Amino acid sequence: MALQEKYKELIDAATSAGVNDLNVREQDGVLYIDGATSGAVKQQLWDSYERLDPNYASGDLVMNINSVAGIPEGAKLKVTTNSSNLNIRKGPSTNDDIVGKAARHEIVTLVGKENDQWWLIKTDDGEQGYSYTQYLTPVE
Amino acid sequence: MALVIATAFMVTAIAGCKSTPKDADLKTAVETAIQSSPNLSASGVAVDKGVVTITGQVTDEASKDALGKAAAAVPGVKSVVNNLTIEVAKVEVTADTPLALAVKDATKDFPTVAATVNDGVVTLKGELKKADLQKLMMAVNALKPKKVDNQLVIK
Repeated sequence: MALQEKYKELIDAATSAGVNDLNVREQDGVLYIDGATSGAVKQQLWDSYERLDPNYASGDLVMNINSVAGIPEGAKLKVTTNSSNLNIRKGPSTNDDIVGKAARHEIVTLVGKENDQWWLIKTDDGEQGYSYTQYLTPVE
Repeated sequence: MALVIATAFMVTAIAGCKSTPKDADLKTAVETAIQSSPNLSASGVAVDKGVVTITGQVTDEASKDALGKAAAAVPGVKSVVNNLTIEVAKVEVTADTPLALAVKDATKDFPTVAATVNDGVVTLKGELKKADLQKLMMAVNALKPKKVDNQLVIK
């Protein structure tokens, strides 16, 4: 219960923002918060997490807020790597060979979702393969 | 006069019926009252002379109390024996082998970070710029670890 107090501001924000399938529970000294929402709300919740637990140093919260669950196939995605090109791979893992690259800020198309981490994408040049979702942002 | 007495008798009889419904009817009414709760599973209702016993599994204490009160509120129920048990769903944690692979993918772009996985716990060591920390934490938290032990030195 103490953890729910520590992260009360975060839980309240998630509740009032109408996060879908919001699930908050505590087990063995770790609080788990799951749900699905927009990218903007996810950002807000993570900023709250960082405020309540500076540098995420306590290891007492696992927060899995999915902001890409509702993105349909055919959607346009922007490559949002830090600086480098985005690798496009033959299969959904970094063990798979690189079959192409997409430039930073290039727009690609979502073909299919392998899982929450790996999506099948296609570039305008026709290169197709799997990329890491962390570096793909839906064009809104 | 006979009619008045007969009517009075009938009213009494009906009222009597209302105040002591059959156990079978009570069982149905209590089932209807509690079974719509999404937090209840494997439920059972038994009634003996107006005393209702409810069994089953709920997800939390609040649901147990609420369902006990809902059963008690059914007309004709004398008392409720609340035998609901609280079963907290286990948190889903990714097994170490797929988790380690996923962590490797998630940390690939942060070469100053060394990540290890042991019994669902992801330990992050090394150093990282403050500006990259949130992005890394978002990626690692999404992999369903048991815990993230962040020992990174933040620059």
